[in-house]
Amino acid sequence: MDLTPAPETTALVSALDALLAKESTPARVRVAETTGFDPALWATVTSFGIPGLALDAEIRSDELLVALAETAGTHLASVPLVETLVTASLLSGCTGEDAARLVAHIADGDIATFVLHPIRTAVAQLVPAGAIADIVLAYDGTDLTATIAPAPETMVANVASLPLADRDLNAGERLVLASGQHAAEIFATAQRRWQLLTAAQLVGIADKALQIGVEYVRGRVIFDRPVATFQTVAHRLADHVTDLDGARLLVQEAAWAADIHSPRATELATMAFCFIGEKATTIVGDCLHYHGGYGFTLEYDIQLYYRRARAYPLVWGPVAQEWQRLADELYGAVPMGAA
Amino acid sequence: VDFELGERSEAFRAEVREFLDEHMTPAVRERVRASGTMHDWELHKALAAKGWIAAGWPVEYGGQGRSPLEMTAMREELKKRHVPVEGLGMTMLVTHTIRRCGTEAMKADIIPRAINGEILICLGYSEPQGGSDVASARTSAARDGEHWVIDGQKVFTTMAETAQYVFLLTRTNTSVPKHKGLTMFLVPLDTPGITIDPIATLGGERTNQVFYDSVRVPDSARVGEVDGGWDVLMTALTYERSGIGDDSRMYNTAVDVARKAPDDAPYSITTSVVRERLARMATDREVAKLLGRRSCWIESTGGIPTAESSMHKLFNAESHLRWSTELLDLLGPAGLREVGDPDAPADGDIVEEFRRAVILPIWGGSSEVQRRIIAERHLQLPRSD
Repeated sequence: MDLTPAPETTALVSALDALLAKESTPARVRVAETTGFDPALWATVTSFGIPGLALDAEIRSDELLVALAETAGTHLASVPLVETLVTASLLSGCTGEDAARLVAHIADGDIATFVLHPIRTAVAQLVPAGAIADIVLAYDGTDLTATIAPAPETMVANVASLPLADRDLNAGERLVLASGQHAAEIFATAQRRWQLLTAAQLVGIADKALQIGVEYVRGRVIFDRPVATFQTVAHRLADHVTDLDGARLLVQEAAWAADIHSPRATELATMAFCFIGEKATTIVGDCLHYHGGYGFTLEYDIQLYYRRARAYPLVWGPVAQEWQRLADELYGAVPMGAA
Repeated sequence: VDFELGERSEAFRAEVREFLDEHMTPAVRERVRASGTMHDWELHKALAAKGWIAAGWPVEYGGQGRSPLEMTAMREELKKRHVPVEGLGMTMLVTHTIRRCGTEAMKADIIPRAINGEILICLGYSEPQGGSDVASARTSAARDGEHWVIDGQKVFTTMAETAQYVFLLTRTNTSVPKHKGLTMFLVPLDTPGITIDPIATLGGERTNQVFYDSVRVPDSARVGEVDGGWDVLMTALTYERSGIGDDSRMYNTAVDVARKAPDDAPYSITTSVVRERLARMATDREVAKLLGRRSCWIESTGGIPTAESSMHKLFNAESHLRWSTELLDLLGPAGLREVGDPDAPADGDIVEEFRRAVILPIWGGSSEVQRRIIAERHLQLPRSD
């Protein structure tokens, strides 16, 4: 057993962390809330090599990807880092000239995303990064296709100012990238990876919110004593950091399982998604609560974390229902007609 | 990154499993249930014959030099089979402390007998008024020439009915702050003046109150310095802080019951409520496992997991307790049937766990103590009240 990250992971994460600390300040995050996107930050992140890291199967590991996603969460980066990493990985699993052309676009900084669930209609709703993506991949149960069309650059107004948009997949050039069993497999991997990277991003969000909360309760005096000296506050924060450490370990274990092609990779990713998907809202919510009335104001940063902690899992779907999917993974689906 | 315990650990696990197939018989379980004593001498001696009482100790002290990760694999297997090793754990905790703080004569006397499985040592810390505030001990030890005379009362001295020694916390000085006037002794339980009365518990386990009435022991029974008892206790606390990794026995039992249930039973695996509950429990068990294994890994690199072990103890105890009652709810009325009832689901294992699990957030450092450690040592929060 060894929980020490690979040296490349540590180096890349600390470089990205330093970059985001400078370029994804709360002030910049607030400016980007009108569009859900910070183009200047995207340019920086692209030149840092984010798409390339996922395109190259030699460099790419889930261990690295979750570490990058957690860092993006910590800084509330207003760029489609998770969608880019997952979609680039998905595209690199496709063969043929069309796929190669799209890979080249992504390497140049074009934004690509994918529709999270198999599509039933031509219009996919609330596609993550849909407002800013020029390339949208979708799977219809048979084919994995790409729609190439200029990004609408208008987001559906939403609680966390995420660049979500409804996309008509027939509007624009449409290419078939993969079909049949191959398409099904690589799409399932993309779903698993999006859940896992989102879980990692939520770990980053909750971690930073907890730091903000801890700092606040240490400094803020009420009833002539720091808020932190009330046991009800200190003990709840102790519970939260325990859950958070557990969530991070779960994310790391799921990434490791994927990297070694363990049959448990999918169930662990869903576990991580469900666990932190619920805990993040509670952790960040309590940290907001300990700000008292100030936590309710837009002036304090904690609300930025609160809205995103709630929104990210919802982009996928209700966590309450996701437990059923986890059960299917663990116990097999219930036969039709039973119960 | 590697989340496996490793080949050596897995090989050792297989060896332990094979041993338990032979020795952890239903008869052992029956003896434990009948007596309430979480110890079985036959099994204990068989473990000693394998050299596993102190498997994690260095070879020069009579151990096998096994790594913290191998020990984790062993503890996981022991937990999985519900092996009564509480007595072994306490004995080795004290023996470890004696190795660090005892005199040469005491080491030569106690360590070989402990490792050979000849003696058990129980813990005489808690007192009726003290609870988790162990340092408030009032049981007194007064010097009388080359002897000490001990008077007082202890509670929750589990295993006193079968152990040979008690590791006793006494007050030797009342004119200093409470942590500074304590002294530890290793007292033979057959010393005149000791009375052991059983205390029955919710979980069916026997514990005891022990009375000390003018109990005379030689100064050679002292462990550590006079008034230095707190330091000795702290040494004991650093022993195998890491606890267990994977402890999925109750979960596996529940899944098994749900799979075998008729479709119309409220606890059938085809019911969505049951599926959600079990999936949530699986996730909590995974997190508890990871927090436990992280501590083991820190130990294996030579570190001492402090806040990390508290996190594992807290999460494991709280989630285990919560699931022991939620699982019972899933069973519905059938869950009320207890061990011995042929119609009890899982032979009453789940209701037995419900009775037992309430102790988990209380003993070995209550959840409140763990939260304080995490808040102060890890989050760097000021002392709270």
